[in-house]
Amino acid sequence: MKKHTLSVAVVAGLAACVSTAAMARDTIQIAGSSTVLPFASIVAEEFGNTYAEFNTPVVGSGGSSGGLRQFCQGVGENTIDIANASRSIRSGEIESCAENGVNEILEVKFGYDGIVFASRLDRAEFALTPEHVFKAAAAQLPQDGELVDNPYTRWSEIDSSLPDQEIVLVIPASNHGTREVFEEKVIHPGCDTVAEVEDDACNNLRGDGRIVEIAGDYTETLARLDAQEDAVGVFGLSFYDQNRDRLQVATVDGVTPSLETIGSGEYPVSRPLFFYVKGEHLDVIPGLAEYTEFFLNEMTSGYGSPLEDAGLIPMDEEERAEALEQFESRTVATAE
Amino acid sequence: MSISIEQRRQHRLMTIEKSLAKRHRKENAFRRMGLMAVITGMTLVAILFVSILMRGVPAFWQATFYTDVYFDPDIIQLEPKPERESGESQFAFDERYSQWLTRAGLVNWQTLIDNALEEALGEEVEPRQLRDLRALVTSGERYALRDRFVEDPSLLGQTIELKMLASANVDVWIKGNIDRDLPDARQQLSAQTREWADRLEEQGVIRNAFSTSLFLNTDSRSSLASAGLAGAFMGSLFMMVVVIALSVPLGVSSAIYLEEFAPKNRLTDLIEININNLAAVPSIVFGLLGASIFIGYLRLPLSAPLVGGLVLTLMTLPTIIIATRASLRSIPPSIRQAALGIGASRVQTVFHHVLPLALPGILTGSILGVAQALGETAPLLLIGMNAFVANVPGTPLEQSTALPVQIYLWQGNELRNFFEARTSAAIIVLLGLMLSLNALAIWLRKKFETRW
Repeated sequence: MKKHTLSVAVVAGLAACVSTAAMARDTIQIAGSSTVLPFASIVAEEFGNTYAEFNTPVVGSGGSSGGLRQFCQGVGENTIDIANASRSIRSGEIESCAENGVNEILEVKFGYDGIVFASRLDRAEFALTPEHVFKAAAAQLPQDGELVDNPYTRWSEIDSSLPDQEIVLVIPASNHGTREVFEEKVIHPGCDTVAEVEDDACNNLRGDGRIVEIAGDYTETLARLDAQEDAVGVFGLSFYDQNRDRLQVATVDGVTPSLETIGSGEYPVSRPLFFYVKGEHLDVIPGLAEYTEFFLNEMTSGYGSPLEDAGLIPMDEEERAEALEQFESRTVATAE
Repeated sequence: MSISIEQRRQHRLMTIEKSLAKRHRKENAFRRMGLMAVITGMTLVAILFVSILMRGVPAFWQATFYTDVYFDPDIIQLEPKPERESGESQFAFDERYSQWLTRAGLVNWQTLIDNALEEALGEEVEPRQLRDLRALVTSGERYALRDRFVEDPSLLGQTIELKMLASANVDVWIKGNIDRDLPDARQQLSAQTREWADRLEEQGVIRNAFSTSLFLNTDSRSSLASAGLAGAFMGSLFMMVVVIALSVPLGVSSAIYLEEFAPKNRLTDLIEININNLAAVPSIVFGLLGASIFIGYLRLPLSAPLVGGLVLTLMTLPTIIIATRASLRSIPPSIRQAALGIGASRVQTVFHHVLPLALPGILTGSILGVAQALGETAPLLLIGMNAFVANVPGTPLEQSTALPVQIYLWQGNELRNFFEARTSAAIIVLLGLMLSLNALAIWLRKKFETRW
């Protein structure tokens, strides 16, 4: 009998412990884009170190789509508060959010990132254009007035200015926001130069092993380049920047990607980075508003900030003020 | 007649000898093959260990600054640390103290480090070179300075010798993990920083010293050189506590019931088959199950060691049940018969006679099951334990990572030059834990081993 009471007490205690913990989470929980992850982690750490009263937020990855899916699972302590994304939210995602009761999606833009093509340092240099990349990647290309399976096997066959090297292109898989930017900023402009390929066929990429899709992070892409030395990989500028001793970057339309050329918009393949804050959690999870304001602070994400050192391309004064104003007025995101 | 017998004998002998030689050849070939297999296996293990050790061991030593730091009262303009006054409520004091802490955080601790470095270099550093200077010491050290001061405010106005970790890129440069002949554009550090680092190393200010940061710090992204395993270790520890507390009692008691008490019928056969099947289910499946049941349905927190422990318990249970049943089965029936023969009940037989004898096997099985759970990564990725966590979890309900997940996360860090070694160092720590668990299992088995 005594033992029975004891076990009931233990179970009750455990349940109470679990339920109180589930009631009051005091640590911000973030997930999403692996491009944003390093930036968000740095901010989280600095935030935790600066504010003694708040815990250091927890930052998970999972890709932009994975993060937004978790974000839209609902409102409550066991759902995440912030989704990092390297693309803006889609209308379908806003709908699925709304179905689960997440209506106040606050979009915060915090900077830019460039997408670069890089190859091994001991391989030839590349000077690419969107047209080259499209011709290397497309499933079908016109030949003698007819669409045939992509015939190119070497870069030099596409354009004599390119090196005589096997075509292998390592690109992010569709769980990454980077993939969408790659399609939008490289594949589509390249596709437009080839009139015969219809617009909705632009995203059809060849399936003969020359396009390698990577679902993991950039280290996996880098490892792929070690295995297939001729491969050209798609990276974020910040990743390339930290591995300059192994990689060399290709120019796109003659422009070398750098903080300056991307900031000025001269380098074509860049995208804004976002995080999405769950408005419903603002008054529940302590520090959520402070974190967002801290993130947008000039000292955190402006010029000369730790995020710039980590490879983020900062927004200018005006954009920063606009982003902050948008957050403070609680402007709910709408699909473009 | 006799000749014919002799001939036949000769013939038979020859046949035997021939076949004997063939049998010996076959046996030798088999032995050689076996030996080859063992040697191949050992070589592969040796290559694995040597490569991990070669890459990982240097990471336990880090480039460290030994410099005098002056706690300049002109920079640390801060009122004395608040003391609790008589009559003041705990709450009011906490409020006052927390405000003081916030103000202490606003002091420009970085300037103290800058000044100390200037002193060590013996030259005036221009403002435009400040960035190069700050690339020397890892950025987390300014918080370490703050914490040191908060702990002991009497340091104000004093100069003390401090150990500060060099930044990750300086560590890479000093250790030669980046090609020193690469042109400026391909280096991580500016020419000025590299020159300073080399000079300070010559002067003995930067030394390669054993670093405890790997063990004592949590993971860090903003100050890469101080990234450590403390948080992941605690996470793993909590998970193992949950796993041991749940899977050992559950597993052992179900095994005892199934082996000693359960009737032999269709149902128990089915249960047995299912347990064997469960042991072979890929661990990722348990992760999916855990994500949907513990997080989706029971609404337990994300990234919590409690959830990780529950998932790993599900994974470990079949292993423990199978090991326990096997070790119960290996107890000779004479023991049971003797106990029953002198009038012991079945419960007494099992708990007084069979179980003590089966204990070494049960312990070994349980420890190996737990060790396997310690190294499991895949299911944890699905319950959000692959997040960046910069706190050491205080309870099993706080967010945390685990050791194998930390290895996975570091393996994916952008700064390959630094983290390749650090990842291997983390692997060494994890392997060390595993080996000690396995050694414990062997020791327990030897200690309680009974022969009959």
